[in-house]
Amino acid sequence: MMRRFTLIAVPYVWLLVLFMVPFLIVFKISLSDAALAIPPYAPTMRDGLATLLSELDFENFVFLTQDDLYWKAYLSSLRIAVLSTFLTLLVGYPIAYGMARAPDEWRATLMMLVILPFWTSFLIRVYAWMGILSNEGLLNQFLIWLGLISDPLVILNTTIAVYIGIVYTYLPFMILPIYAALDRMDTSLNEAAEDLGCSRMQAFWLVTIPLSKNGIIAGSFLVFIPALGEFVIPSLLGGSGTLMIGKVLWEEFFNNRDWPVASAVAVVLLLILVIPIVLFQRNQQKQQEAEQ
Amino acid sequence: MKNSILSGVALTALIATSALADEVRVYNWSDYIDEALLEKFETETGIDLIYDVFDSNEVLETKLLAGGSGYDVVVPSGTFLQRQITAGAFQKLDQSQLPNIGNMWGVINDRLKKYDPEGAYAINYMWGTTGIGVNINKVKEVLGEDAPVDSLALVLNPANMEKLATCGVHFLDAPAEIIPATLAYIGEDPDSQDPDVIAKTEPVLSAIAPFVQKFHSSEYINALANGDICVAVGWSGDILQARDRAAEADNGVEIEYYAPKEGALMWFDNMAIPVDAPNPEAAHKFLNFIMDAQNMAAASNYVYYANGNEASQEFLAEDVIGDTAIYPDAATLDNLYTTSPYGPKVQRVVTRMWTKIKSGT
Repeated sequence: MMRRFTLIAVPYVWLLVLFMVPFLIVFKISLSDAALAIPPYAPTMRDGLATLLSELDFENFVFLTQDDLYWKAYLSSLRIAVLSTFLTLLVGYPIAYGMARAPDEWRATLMMLVILPFWTSFLIRVYAWMGILSNEGLLNQFLIWLGLISDPLVILNTTIAVYIGIVYTYLPFMILPIYAALDRMDTSLNEAAEDLGCSRMQAFWLVTIPLSKNGIIAGSFLVFIPALGEFVIPSLLGGSGTLMIGKVLWEEFFNNRDWPVASAVAVVLLLILVIPIVLFQRNQQKQQEAEQ
Repeated sequence: MKNSILSGVALTALIATSALADEVRVYNWSDYIDEALLEKFETETGIDLIYDVFDSNEVLETKLLAGGSGYDVVVPSGTFLQRQITAGAFQKLDQSQLPNIGNMWGVINDRLKKYDPEGAYAINYMWGTTGIGVNINKVKEVLGEDAPVDSLALVLNPANMEKLATCGVHFLDAPAEIIPATLAYIGEDPDSQDPDVIAKTEPVLSAIAPFVQKFHSSEYINALANGDICVAVGWSGDILQARDRAAEADNGVEIEYYAPKEGALMWFDNMAIPVDAPNPEAAHKFLNFIMDAQNMAAASNYVYYANGNEASQEFLAEDVIGDTAIYPDAATLDNLYTTSPYGPKVQRVVTRMWTKIKSGT
């Protein structure tokens, strides 16, 4: 009995320390008022619990509803995250499929190739894309050399560059779970489907895709969740017209020096993410139960 | 006075708080000192110097206000300095540990009093102006021989900007500098804190924003030097650096810097000691070292910015002290204005307006 309790306690303590406590701190700041002090908000923990509780209010959340900047930024982030998740799936699925169906002796090498980019800093890889996509960049020079275009395409500092950056960066997170699902799949099921009159294409849609569904869902969440709050990629590759909530949060924090409003933006972002995270957890649980 | 999002990303995880007695941690702007001076300080004092850089006042301020930055010397600009003093971020300087303080220049000390009224917390490091850098041949090609290069009309009149857009214009991504300049252009007080007055700049800036290739606070140095753009609204020393890079590359690009005749913003970058500095004694030694006339002159000769140290002037190179773009003549100096920090409410209006000007939302 004691042993079981300890086993359950470990993940809960983990969740409490690394998620609940930081969240409560941010939530508390979101209910404070900005102040010119160290730290730049009031009341702080030092003011005593009674003051702390009596001076908290929701005005920062009300403020977020009064300016259309915030919901436009949330919506724009949501749109970019959904579309780039879809694009990542489109690119990642064929790669995972190819890996899972490759001869055994190749698989380790292919897996290595997918993971290899992680050996370089993420920041450097995004910088490299600036060199590729700029007006005088490799891509434009190549296209001009081929004679396909005569004037350079403007890609850098546009939303298209943001999509390219997100798809590139998060591709391995899509490939690996799909590969894991396809790898475990029993290929004789496809043969059986074909024996029973399916064309290869039909067998793929009716057998392979449904059986890799869990991998697709896991991969999509792993891409969607970080993409929604993405800050580095849009600030390096996007232009001033690319509105994302991560950038709005930065401006609240650094330019306005308003930690309480910045915290309110972060809390709302988290609430938006809680829904997909809960769905993801459910899916994982179901999958585990199915396997047992 | 530089502003960029990147630095925050690169510098977020940094700095252990503990410091030994013989260690001093300095946090300065990027590309803002002759590195030979850092070695000289270590040799002279035997103190280990740990030198980190930032390129935005916002990043520095966030570190200071979060507390426990671990730095002994930091270099905020005037308006930021004033706000940080109010927040209690700095300790008073111990003048007895700063024998070189007599080298400082009364003219600059007086102007600095706007931010540090008793001169108790900071010493000036460098100062400069915000103005216009032009690729003179290209601009004349586009706008004709009588292009108004010494006026803000060059960059704030949509008719000029529409033509200049063909050869490229960059603006600083710094609302606290562009808005005062726009106010000076429309004949308002550049130091206005009134949201209604500040709002008058929005139609002016929105009208020219579509013709601005980029709002960025450091890329214009290279872009101007390479001839990729023909006009940049930027900081004096940066534009002079672009001028020198173009001259070195011998690429036919000729850059000139103008402090606009409508008035130009004069800004100050100053050294101060955080209230929780681990080693204030070494910090004072560093400040005293910088205030040495020859050391300060070496720094200015390297970065092309004027300094607040009168004694250093005899050691300055002729192309620094003799250049009115760096050390303005008396008439220009009178035409320079300073600004005060925005309060939190006004700051929010300014940031919001800036987002709207840049993104249309």
